[in-house]
Amino acid sequence: MIYDVKNETLPREELEKIQLKRLQALCERVYANVPFYKKKFDEKNVKPSDIRNLKDISLLPFTKKQDLRDQYPFGLFAVPKNQIVRIHSSSGTTGTATVVGYTKRDIENWGELMARSYVAAGASANDTIHNAYGYGLFTGGLGAHYGGEALGATVVPISGGATRRQVLLLKDFCPDVICCTPSYALFLAETGIEMGIDIKKLPLRIGIFGAEPWTNEMRIEIEKKLGIKAIDIYGLSEVMGPGVAIECEDAQDGLHIQEDHFLAETINPESGEPVAPGEEGELVFTTLTKEGIPLIRYRTRDMTKLNTTPCKCGRTTARMMRVTGRSDDMLIIRGVNVFPSQIESILIETEGLSPHYQLIVERHGNLDTLEVQVEVNESIFSDEIKNLQRMESKVMKNIKEFLGVTAKVKLVEPKSIARSEGKAKRIIDMRNKG
Amino acid sequence: MKVDQLSIFLENRSGRLAEVTRILSEAGVNIRALSLADTSDFGILRLIVSDFDTAKAKLKEAGFTVGRTSVVAVEISDQPGGLHNILSTLQEAGINVEYMYAFVQQSGDSAVLIFRFDRTDQGIELLQNNNINVITGEKLYTL
Repeated sequence: MIYDVKNETLPREELEKIQLKRLQALCERVYANVPFYKKKFDEKNVKPSDIRNLKDISLLPFTKKQDLRDQYPFGLFAVPKNQIVRIHSSSGTTGTATVVGYTKRDIENWGELMARSYVAAGASANDTIHNAYGYGLFTGGLGAHYGGEALGATVVPISGGATRRQVLLLKDFCPDVICCTPSYALFLAETGIEMGIDIKKLPLRIGIFGAEPWTNEMRIEIEKKLGIKAIDIYGLSEVMGPGVAIECEDAQDGLHIQEDHFLAETINPESGEPVAPGEEGELVFTTLTKEGIPLIRYRTRDMTKLNTTPCKCGRTTARMMRVTGRSDDMLIIRGVNVFPSQIESILIETEGLSPHYQLIVERHGNLDTLEVQVEVNESIFSDEIKNLQRMESKVMKNIKEFLGVTAKVKLVEPKSIARSEGKAKRIIDMRNKG
Repeated sequence: MKVDQLSIFLENRSGRLAEVTRILSEAGVNIRALSLADTSDFGILRLIVSDFDTAKAKLKEAGFTVGRTSVVAVEISDQPGGLHNILSTLQEAGINVEYMYAFVQQSGDSAVLIFRFDRTDQGIELLQNNNINVITGEKLYTL
């Protein structure tokens, strides 16, 4: 089924006309209202009126995550503060967090796009949605919530955690749809077995999974263990949140990008030049309709391919293939984005710690674990165990508090962290290996 | 009257302790007393050695994190109640023992206790005022 038949099945030429019109209007808006973009446009010697066709987008400057950090908190907002009705933010200490704002219309659009996503996944207004994405500053929870309400479905806002209770409610409320991270879905299934509740036997039909990368093997495992259809959803808070792109239940072959709202490009991450159609590149989004914090050519750092061939579901929108990796060092731990630089600033802010550290990511069962190894130097060394343990738990607490992820902190001897070519190797990711 | 104790950070994996003893042995440094405190991930080795500066320099050179702590060494007669007498004196004065370890001297009938106090100077003064035999670093290093 298709929620918005008109807009999701536009002939490509018509879609591109709408995109161009919106892109031109967007350039006018940011040039007039966001000093950051006026400066960027001027530096590149480009005026909004230079955008005559969609290809001219290559004249425009990129926006990077660091730009949002530099403009912390509200520097990139394009409307006066009194028009912002909601704020979301990524995790991070001051200076590493990114903040986004939504106008009333942005929130309505987001709900609309999430409603489209639910229908693409096979859900309808008659369904009950068990929403286990975290509620709060993270966009997952509220995004999936308001989308469900916009669709007219029944939403159970359970949020994350309290896994045994989640299993009970899956049994008692009999939801049709579940939203969470793919690894959490498997954890729920296992917990269910421990409790004597086989989720596979419940009426649950559809799972909408996102916020972390997953493989096709994992999809097969989830579909088998939960007895559902597992649908991939894509989104990021800078661009909107969940619902930027969604797989259709008909093909389950690539995620349909909501192209009337987001203009997608794939570029070579080194040169910034567009890659040939169908080639793998870094995904770049321009938010065509966003009012609160519209972004021009936002570098997602996600590597993927775009496919514009018609889909059997009838949608004409381009599909992005499963994200194959990142062009930066971001880690996704249990749905939380973690940059090594954020861990580093927490270590530095923790008294006396040297930033010689290494992050070890592993998957135990179906849950990711993060271990932060920190070298002990003379300035923090103590001959008393309790002092060193206090240091460990302080770092752990700060990581939990600022980044929202549970990490184990392990003190190691100096120089035990391998340095390659003089530069320490910061990340050892053991997931998806063997 | 303070004694220099060398402390070394060790990861909890095989061979690390042996690495320390190898370095000390090659440097001709004798270990007078030792204690090892450990957790599941790491340990702290505390040593009283015959030549503090050489030991520290050699271990640092090998990449170990080492520290210096002032501890107090006390000689008591090796008989029941000897330790209790000291601990009750400390307790009455409100001085905390962070950790301690002990060894019995091979030559005679006395034992040596190594103490780490929360207030080292007050601890020494208190012990001396109570006629407890606090021994010097020089004596201990060359025992």
